Amino acid sequence: MIRTSITILIVFTIITGLIYPLAITGIVQLLFPFQANGSIIVKNGQAVGSALIGQPFSEPKYFWGRPSATTPYPYNASLSSGSNLRKNIKVADIPVDLMTASGSGLDPHISPAAAKYQVQRVAKSIGIDESKVYALVDTYTQQRQLGVLGEPVVNVLKLNLALIEEEKNRIKK
Amino acid sequence: MTVNGLLQIAIFLTVVGLLAKPLGNYIALVYDAKISGLSRLERLIYRICGVHAEEEMSWRTYASAVIVFSVAGFAVVFLLQLFQGFLPLNPQGFKGVSFDSSFNTAVSFVTNTNWQGYGGEATMSYLTQMMGLCVQNFLSAATGMAIMVALIRGFTRRNSKTIGNFWLDITHTILYILLPLSILLAIALVSQGVIQNFNAYRSVPLMQPLTYNDSSITQQVLPGGPAASQVAIKQLGTNGGGFFNTNSAHPYENPTPLSNFLELLAIILIPASLCYTFGSMVGDKRQGRTLLAAMLIIFIPLLMFCYYSEMQDIGSAGNMEGKEARFGVVNSALWATATAATSNGSVDSMHDSFTPLGGLVPLLLIQLGEVVFGGVGSGIYGILAFAIVTVFVSGLMIGRTPEYLGKKIEAFEMQMATLVILIPCSVVLVGTAIAVATDSGTAGVANPGAHGFSEILYAFSSTANNNGSAFGGLSVNTPFYNTILGVSMLIGRFGVIIPILMMAGALADKKHVPVSSGTLPTHGLLFILFLTSMIIIVGGLTFFPALTLGPIAEHLKSIK
Repeated sequence: MIRTSITILIVFTIITGLIYPLAITGIVQLLFPFQANGSIIVKNGQAVGSALIGQPFSEPKYFWGRPSATTPYPYNASLSSGSNLRKNIKVADIPVDLMTASGSGLDPHISPAAAKYQVQRVAKSIGIDESKVYALVDTYTQQRQLGVLGEPVVNVLKLNLALIEEEKNRIKK
Repeated sequence: MTVNGLLQIAIFLTVVGLLAKPLGNYIALVYDAKISGLSRLERLIYRICGVHAEEEMSWRTYASAVIVFSVAGFAVVFLLQLFQGFLPLNPQGFKGVSFDSSFNTAVSFVTNTNWQGYGGEATMSYLTQMMGLCVQNFLSAATGMAIMVALIRGFTRRNSKTIGNFWLDITHTILYILLPLSILLAIALVSQGVIQNFNAYRSVPLMQPLTYNDSSITQQVLPGGPAASQVAIKQLGTNGGGFFNTNSAHPYENPTPLSNFLELLAIILIPASLCYTFGSMVGDKRQGRTLLAAMLIIFIPLLMFCYYSEMQDIGSAGNMEGKEARFGVVNSALWATATAATSNGSVDSMHDSFTPLGGLVPLLLIQLGEVVFGGVGSGIYGILAFAIVTVFVSGLMIGRTPEYLGKKIEAFEMQMATLVILIPCSVVLVGTAIAVATDSGTAGVANPGAHGFSEILYAFSSTANNNGSAFGGLSVNTPFYNTILGVSMLIGRFGVIIPILMMAGALADKKHVPVSSGTLPTHGLLFILFLTSMIIIVGGLTFFPALTLGPIAEHLKSIK
């Protein structure tokens, strides 16, 4: 019985611990290389971040993401973490996702309401028309997947990258 | 609660309902050895391992095989962690894991608990993840399903000394059920953005550098690893151990609402299907539907209550602390309820940050003994223990002889069923008492008071019932908690498996009692209500005092 246990364990370690993950890696590196390698956004040949991992923003000219509870500093992608706190929120007029830490501490998204809430500040800070910034937020709003799943969101990093493009174009003109 | 939220819940339940029956019937065919597409591979495995396919096992042999196999599996996971620093596929150069944490994690994955005292992306090498943890995701799930089948054979066999062959049962489970489903799910998950690579962690520039301790942080380090292959079986096998620290809240582990839907579906799919498998194998499909109905009667109201409680915060979006924007409150509440009900234990939001009553729901579902769906296999054998107690108690009340599925329920079966129900309960209460009474137990509490008590109670409930989800907020990677929670997982797993197999052996040996006018029907509305009441009364009476000191006290304090 001990011999059988050990050999069965070895056989299934090879099947489920070696062949299976390697085969999946091979298949998805062919089918979905962008996703399998972390959804890295590349601009002008340079990696500028991941479409799935949020970054910290605090300057007024950028849209801000959600508070992050990772340690020792926010949006530390090498150790995801939530706050594990129970928060009682008393202010009703600020979108709630801007006042609450995300589960992963790396949430790349905010709600469309949270983006619109920041438009005035962002537009004023970089000196472009509010309507243009509103239009950008609309462009970068992802609706519910398949029309029903999840919640509508805006990807903060992508929105900020688009904002910089917008600003560059304005300066060129 | 929103219309869209209720619609998402309805779609989820409908899809589970549509898939559970065909999958359940397929699984029954697998265990009746009617599926043999990989028979050459099977025969090769048996030849290498010296398994005699025609050999049957007594309950003693079956139990010994389970234990020896688990011990061997434990040793591999334990040693891989201790020595990962010297082994390949470790691009981050992680050092060996500490002795007590290695013990805890090895126990955790072998017992299908998948409690995690460590943060995956900062602790485990790719080799440890795939050849240690991923393997046990398959093997511990297959072990649970094998034991369920052994118990079902106890009911279907007559005057038999044997209950099947453990090696065949796990081989069939892996080759025909877990592996094909995992392959499909893993590929689907990568299409959504779950990572699957062997790259070293990659630095990307931060768009806006950050100042920390007077130094400027200009880079963000993005983790890599073979995540999708492990996440697929983590969900399908009610394992729940995350590849990353924040489990399926992490965008690389669960990037989109669709990946969330698929992972949620995978949490509950096999446990729900096994109700049909059970009905099909005992030759009376009503028996399987009865179990499923009893589970749903508990599951749906608790799900609605959790969703409702989480929406009660100020702001139309509800309580978003610890939740991800793309999932919102409804998918977080749905996941919390499903993961607790099934003994999966993965999370897509942080339960510690739920409202007191919202967080009570997963805690209560775990404490009901992981029989509302429950773990793969373990959910069915758990609820069958409750069914036996129900038959006995209701038989006493109305003066009928207790019989279940054609087998007379006697003192021995009752003793075993009672042990199955009471052992995890005692571990939870005694463990919590020890932790709150010792300095090393209270040292790890981040939020003192009623909430801190809930954190400790949740940790013991989760480990003793082999769930593995954490309330968080409790520092558990200490020698005290690694050891006591490890022991709690061991008793919760093997303290249940052994009486189940003893009962299977005793039942198989009995003759068949034909249905008579004196037989209490064990299907239909009346029995469903009996069974649900039994589950709620036992769980409720056992844990009500403890729950009063934790979440209920906290809720009452918050409304004063």
